[in-house]
Parts: sequence; structure tokens; C-alpha cells
Amino acid sequence: MATPFPFGPIPAVTGTAVVVRGDDIDTDRIIPARFLKCVTFEALGPAAFADDRAELADAPAGPHPFDRPEHQGAAILLVNRNFGCGSSREHAPQALMRWGIRAVVGESFAEIFYGNCLALGIPCLTAGHDLMLAIQAAAAADPAAVFTLDVAAQALSGAGQSWPLELAAGPRQMLSTGQWDATSQLLAHGADLEATAARLPYLVTFAA
Amino acid sequence: MSAGTLYDKVWALHQVAELPGGSTQLFIGLHLIHEVTSPQAFAALKDLGLSVRHPESTVATVDHIVPTTSQARPFADPLAEEMLATLEANCAEHGITLHGLGSGRQGIVHVIAPELGLTQPGMTVACGDSHTSTHGAFGAIAFGIGTSQVRDVLASQSLAMGKLMVRRIWVDGQLQSGVYAKDLVLHVIRTLGVKGGVGYAYEFAGPAIEALSMEERMTLCNMAIEGGARCGYVNPDQTTFDYLQGRPFAPGGEAWDRAVAWWSSLASGPDAVFDDEVRFDASAIAPTITWGITPGQGIGVDETVPTLEQTDPDERPLAEEAYRYMDLQPGTPIAGTPVDVCFIGSCTNGRLSDLQAAAAVAKGRHVAPGIKAFVVPGSEQVAAAAEAEGLDQVFTAAGFEWREPGCSMCLAMNPDRLEGRQISASSSNRNFKGRQGSATGRTLLMSPAMVAAAAIAGKVTDVRQLLTV
Ligand code: SF4
Repeated sequence: MATPFPFGPIPAVTGTAVVVRGDDIDTDRIIPARFLKCVTFEALGPAAFADDRAELADAPAGPHPFDRPEHQGAAILLVNRNFGCGSSREHAPQALMRWGIRAVVGESFAEIFYGNCLALGIPCLTAGHDLMLAIQAAAAADPAAVFTLDVAAQALSGAGQSWPLELAAGPRQMLSTGQWDATSQLLAHGADLEATAARLPYLVTFAA
Repeated sequence: MSAGTLYDKVWALHQVAELPGGSTQLFIGLHLIHEVTSPQAFAALKDLGLSVRHPESTVATVDHIVPTTSQARPFADPLAEEMLATLEANCAEHGITLHGLGSGRQGIVHVIAPELGLTQPGMTVACGDSHTSTHGAFGAIAFGIGTSQVRDVLASQSLAMGKLMVRRIWVDGQLQSGVYAKDLVLHVIRTLGVKGGVGYAYEFAGPAIEALSMEERMTLCNMAIEGGARCGYVNPDQTTFDYLQGRPFAPGGEAWDRAVAWWSSLASGPDAVFDDEVRFDASAIAPTITWGITPGQGIGVDETVPTLEQTDPDERPLAEEAYRYMDLQPGTPIAGTPVDVCFIGSCTNGRLSDLQAAAAVAKGRHVAPGIKAFVVPGSEQVAAAAEAEGLDQVFTAAGFEWREPGCSMCLAMNPDRLEGRQISASSSNRNFKGRQGSATGRTLLMSPAMVAAAAIAGKVTDVRQLLTV
């Protein structure tokens, strides 16, 4: 069964890995729009990559990685360039999280997707092109291998190897200290908030 | 690092505090919400025991899930009905204005906020929708956010953000007849790539941009996000002020003069420093259309689908995937590609001037046999203005359906969708696999006039040929 949703400090993520190859995998593919008709995120897990999975169900090369028995329960998603581009829907990281993903490693991420993941406590770390291909190859060669993604050390290890990754200092600190959930931080500056509002001409001098 | 740009000035003014982790707390002047990305945010707010901090700076409408045929309540789709009912309940509970169906002000969120005068220069605007970049047309800093951030803005009227770099996209020359802002932005994205703007705000400037109407500027900024830029903007000028004057939520009386003085002071000055600059010549741009599965896979309507050899090595796997998915042959002309469905609408191109441009092509002609063509105004106000000019009559006489306002076939959250392998000519903004509701459906993005031309001809056609006849 999937581990609990992220909570508190996230020094590391440990689990098996699943490789989803390809550049520019957009949020419509991660969660097709028809699944956005919901008022809670609860039921999204099984719908992750729904259309890609259906398309590959009977493919000669075998089903989508999310449908392969050896990847059930995987916690680390290994992707390529510009993953999560397209819409701002948080349904995309929510679907991945509810499927079981707790960390993503890729060549690059679309900004809104990256921010949405961070807000859920899902670290997204990056690796260069060749390094990423090496990581994906190692994970694909041994689907049972357990990997550990160390957030502070910015590294992935497993299958007898270790690879350096990158994560900006800000998110690294937020994840390590458990301050990735922004709401309380934002509310801590109530006086500054009102001071800012008070100097905005459109709220003060010429407000309708 | 950029300095003295509109982005820098607006950013500085809205800075609340520096946060642990290195991000900045940014005050949000206008928060727009809709039925898709807000219910979970309101639920999270309730779980935290918080209320909406500035309900007067929060404005709601309903757009994604509304049917465009009959909008009678309850909707035929119980899930759609539940989403709207949830939005209505949340707005009522928190004292948020909802411009709902039949109010005369309902429509796609990025269409109604500008036309109501809610969007103004110098604001920070956030909305749980990536095309929030649209509002940058007014010289606002406007960006899409996820649901956790919607919760944060509801709770604190602010967001944790990192500052972007600023790239000036300078456009000289003048768009030719039959070439529109949509073609310009598809050309920019084709040139710089769908990832080209990651980490940047795009400032659109130069003679060609100054010559654009507000509605054209909205089309341009709307698609900045498709080029990877979180936001895009145009410096406010007389065109901006003329558009805003007299709108319901724009400043009035002597406040108007103070507003214009302040707005004018925000534009990037002659000494502004940009992190990067790219130049284009508007007069060299042809009607542009996508052939593939990302908005960056665009070509002029007079060009051929690029071959692998013509494609950057990095982009080749994506090109191969696109050939397969779209069933288009590299090296063949895009003009003449048969289409099944023609859709005019969306927050990119569902405004009055878009419908006027399409109607000019449709007038006195007829949709080709077997083609389903429909027009969806972006808002109730757009619908009323178009009907007042008789555009609905022009379209229906030409064999187009005239629908009720909403997001419609831009995405598959309402009854409007592609079936099976159908291929659409669409004035919307995304041609991703499955975007328009069929997992195997195909989308060709183009300007509304080009969509009308495709509907008349039954195939992709250079609209300039129809305009000169
Ligand atoms: S028209 Fe399309 S892109 Fe615009 S808000 Fe609606 S669904 Fe999003």
C-alpha cells in the first residue's frame, strides 16, 4: 500500500523507481481534463496517465510503466525534459502523489508543475541529459532496486550506484526543514501584508 | 539582472517579506477564481480553520464546465452541476462576488476580468489557471497558480514566489493583412520553443506591439505561457487607457486622472535593463498554424511539415511522435489538410474582434459539407456585442452554430469535444494529445480567421486568399 502523504521535514525519499520516458510530457497527459470534474482530489490516483496507459494497453512493447506489475508501489518517478508543461492543474501532481509518487527526478520541469509539487512536499530534482539517461537505464535494468533520494545531499543512490542531482537552495531548505507548506509562512507576516496593501495606489488612491 | 522594467517596478511594490527558503512573499492585487481549481482550495482553507483574507479582491466566474448549448440549471451533467453549486456555496459563504450564468457578466475568466475593468496596469493578478498571463496585456504581472497556491492567496492575499528574469521581445514592422496576434505569438513560440521562456517574464514591445489593440495584446500575452514564460506583458499606453475608461470596475471621476498618471509611470523606461532580448519582424510573418502536438510545432500556412532533417536533433523524437499522432507526412504542405471540426472561441481568441475577423471571412460563404463548425463567444458581454452587430446572423447563415459563452472545446470538461480521430481547426491555445476530449483527437491551432477559412474550404487554407477575393 502507498505510504502516507508527505508531512513535516522531507530529508529523503526511499522506494523503487518507475521510468516514464519522453520530453514535454504535459499535464493533459498526466491527468486528462475529463478527470478534473471533481470537487476533491481523492479519486485521481488511478487516473494518472489514463490516456497514455489506454493507448499502450495492447502495445507490442508492453503496457505503460504505470501498468507494469513490477512498478506498482514505486515512489520515485524518473522523467526527461520539461516534464509537467501545460496547464496549471494541481490535479497532475495530486494524481501522481495519489498513485504513490513521492519524488521526481528529471532533466527539467515546467515551473508551475514544479511549484505545485513543492507545495505538496514532492521534491523534483534535476540531472543533466546523459546522467538522466544513465539513471533511467539503471532503474529500468533492475525494477526491484530500492533507491534513496537524499534531499540535502542532492543525490540519488541505488542499484549499487550513486548519482549527483540538483535542487535549488530554497526548495532544499524548505523540504529539509518541513517548511514547504507555504500557508503558515505567509500568514506570519500579517502586518507587512497590510502595510503593502496600504501603499498600493490601486487599493488606496484611486480604488473604485 | 533586469532593472527599471515594469516587471521590476511592480514586483518591488508588491513585495511583502523575504521568506525562509529564499522566495519572496508577493502581495496579490486581484485573485480570480473559477469552479475547477478552487473547490479543493476552499476545502483546505476550512481544514486549516482559516477564512478568506480579502474577499473584496477576489472575483469568481464559471467557465470551464458550462455547457454551450443549453445553460439551464441543473446541468445535465451532475458532476458539472456539483462543481458550480460548490463554487456558489463557497462564494456565498466567504462574501466573494460571483459573475454567474445570466448575470450579463459571466464568461471565461480571462475574458471577463479585462472587459469589466477589473484587470488594471500595475496589479499583480493570480488565478488557478495557466492562461492568467492574458492579463499582462494591461501591464499587470499576472500568472497562473496551482490549487495549493489558490488556498494560499485565499488565506493570505499573497504568494511565495521567485523573481523571474525579463526578456524583451521586440517586434518591428507591421503585421500584414490576414495576419493576427495569434500568428505572431505562434511564430514567437515556434522560434523560441515551448521551453524558451522558462524562468522569464516576456515583455512584448516595439512598433508592432504598440500598434496592437488591447484584444490582440491579450491574445499575445495569453500564449506567453505556451512559450514557457510564466507571464507576459505589454507596457500600458494610450491604447490601454482608452480601453479601460468607463468600464464598470475602472477608476472614475478624478480618480481616473490619478490612475492614468500612475499607470504611465510604470512602463519600462528608456534605461531599463533586460536579462535578454530577441527581435522579430512582424511584416515577415505569415498566417501560422501548428502541425504537431505542442504549440511550438508551428509553421507558416504556406510551408511544409518539417522533415526530420529540418528539425533540431533535440526535437526529433517529439517530431516523430507528432507525425505518428497527427498522421501527417513530413515534407508535405500543411495547406489542404482536411479538417472535421472548426472551433472559434476560448480565452485566446473568443473576443469581439476575433469574432469580427472570422465573420468577415464567413460572410456570404458557406461551411463545406460534412464540417462541424461552431462559434463560442468568450463571455455574455461578447455574445451581446456580437449579436448587436448581427455577427450571429452572419455565422448561422454561413452554416456555423452560434453557442452560449464558455471554455467549450478548448478542453474536454464540458459536452463539446472531438470524437475519435477527428481533426480540428481551433482558435484555442493547446494542441496537446487528447486536449480536446478524444484521446486520439487532433488539433491544428490557428487564428479565428484561419479557422473560418478552414471551415469554408473544408481544409487548411491561407485566409489571405479569401480576404483578397
Ligand atoms: S478557454 Fe481554454 S485555456 Fe482558456 S481558461 Fe478556458 S480552458 Fe483554460
